[in-house]
Amino acid sequence: MSELDLKSYRFRAEREDDWRALEGLLERIQNSGVNALKPDELVALPQLYRTAVSSLSTARAVSLDRNLITYLETLCTRGYLFMYGPRVSFWERFSSFFRRDWPDAVRSMVGATILSAAIMFGFALIVMLLVLSDSEWFYPFAAFLDERTPEASQETLRATLYTEDEDIAGMLSVFASQLFTHNTMVALLCFALGFMVGIPTAILLAYNGCILGAYVGLYVSKGLGFEIIGWLMIHGVTELFAIILAAAAGFVIGKTLAFPGEKRRVDAMADAGKRAGNVGMGVVVMLFLAALLEGFGRQLINDDLTRYMMAGVSLLGWLSYFYLRPEAKR
Amino acid sequence: MATAKAEKARPQGYQTNAHDARMWREVTTPEGAVIRLRLADAGERAGALFIDAGIMLVTLIVGGLIIAFGVPDGYFGDWSEVGQILFNLFFFILRAFYFTIFEMGRRAATPGKRIMKLRVVAREGRQLTANAIFARNVMRELEVFLPFTFLLTGMGGDTLNGMMTLLVLVWLGVFVFMPVFNRDKLRGGDLVAGTWVIRNPKPELAKDVTSTSANADDEAFVFTQEQLQTYGEHELQVLEDVLRSGTGEVKAAVASRIRARIRWEAAPLERDGPFLEAFYKQLRKTLETRMLFGNRKKDKYDTGESS
Repeated sequence: MSELDLKSYRFRAEREDDWRALEGLLERIQNSGVNALKPDELVALPQLYRTAVSSLSTARAVSLDRNLITYLETLCTRGYLFMYGPRVSFWERFSSFFRRDWPDAVRSMVGATILSAAIMFGFALIVMLLVLSDSEWFYPFAAFLDERTPEASQETLRATLYTEDEDIAGMLSVFASQLFTHNTMVALLCFALGFMVGIPTAILLAYNGCILGAYVGLYVSKGLGFEIIGWLMIHGVTELFAIILAAAAGFVIGKTLAFPGEKRRVDAMADAGKRAGNVGMGVVVMLFLAALLEGFGRQLINDDLTRYMMAGVSLLGWLSYFYLRPEAKR
Repeated sequence: MATAKAEKARPQGYQTNAHDARMWREVTTPEGAVIRLRLADAGERAGALFIDAGIMLVTLIVGGLIIAFGVPDGYFGDWSEVGQILFNLFFFILRAFYFTIFEMGRRAATPGKRIMKLRVVAREGRQLTANAIFARNVMRELEVFLPFTFLLTGMGGDTLNGMMTLLVLVWLGVFVFMPVFNRDKLRGGDLVAGTWVIRNPKPELAKDVTSTSANADDEAFVFTQEQLQTYGEHELQVLEDVLRSGTGEVKAAVASRIRARIRWEAAPLERDGPFLEAFYKQLRKTLETRMLFGNRKKDKYDTGESS
């Protein structure tokens, strides 16, 4: 072999052990996490990675062995994805999400939030006034096929606002159905539909505003305005806020798609998507809390004033959490 | 003209076609080296999705059975109601978090993606964050679950007329088929989250082809400089592929083609394998030496006169 000994073959023989070592370490990290490595292996890892990257550059210049170059490319890619990948632990990420990322993201879309709120409450107000002027207007927006119609007596309607004896199964039932069948899907759809330049999001918001307005109008027309607001807002503050934020995130995505600004469209979308993603994750948390309030709080608390107090506290809580955080500005 | 001819001249099955070339993306690491990522194609992603859907379905059925038979009757007041709630809860968690939780993990892949050897990375090789994962999977609601529900509930039933149904189908089709229609195979979620789905790089270092040939062969095959100047780097790498994974027939075909081209007088009983290995080795040495002097020969049509 002496005469025909290839330089590229020697190059490989001299370095192959290092590459294999790096490959082994990366394999173990993927299977059982970084913590599985011993301290000296952790120290060796970045060195081995840089050796491999420099081998790749050299190999491209001296070797025509395609298998070798492909191997080094994939090895370096894996190393790269690990070395420069996310290395924040779950709990660090978790706490930074609640301390910074979520409120920051919410604060970054104040305009879109106001727009969503305006659409939802605007349509609610219009439909409420329509229902108050003529109860026939209730029917196009009647979303639930139950006893809550203009024909029902005040007593029937009042009874729907208060619960006497609920067992745990009943509460769980309300909790689950509210959380998982309707609201979360509405919120997620508001978010996802924002992709289509925000138009479907606006329609969905308006539609939900209409339903809201129709029922509030119905109860107000029967002299139960104060009661329905308490019934609605004990969890509604959190829930409607969540839907509004989800829609705002959708609008931000839609707006970026239409007007990407100075960046390339895909880059601008990716940035907006990350902010929107933060808001979206938070929305799921809010809806979970709202469903708890709705399933348990509203069934257990049948006193109007307490309901109002809880609504007020949650509104103040959310607003100050999101918007009054001067110390959070790093 | 020359390239078209080159395509034709390559042995079947060893060509890197234009489609494959379009699927690679280059990323420069902070160390200054260029690495390449191979995007997953639509078929692989559909495969991964089907596997995940199957896993979810099986989990749902098993979970449903456990809920149905796991708790004795009479433990709750109205068991059927509680059971149904638990089932809904379970379905929701699976639907909303299956993809997100798996993709936030170390492998950045769901079981389906793992089986298809795929993973999620941030575009241009940037850092992949949890909210990007969340955003790309919320969009799935629109791309997968909504069309599926629509089809399952009979195209909107009686409430939609034919025209509306068609419009809804077109609308949903935009999302479902989006990965097929763009260069980076992005679905809506990837676009929003700034992610790529790539083939998970799996390094496999095979033996150097030259390490297997015996020394004795080197003396039996001595090629002239002129013969070694016939081919370029492209042909060398095709030959490498043939030596690594070609069948006996392919090797015989390639060997006879090379012999004809370089006018090699075959010795009686000369075997194709050793001939190809020796030729590969000497050709590689010639080309690598040229390469060190910055004088590369791309392929057999590269005469070094014009570029």
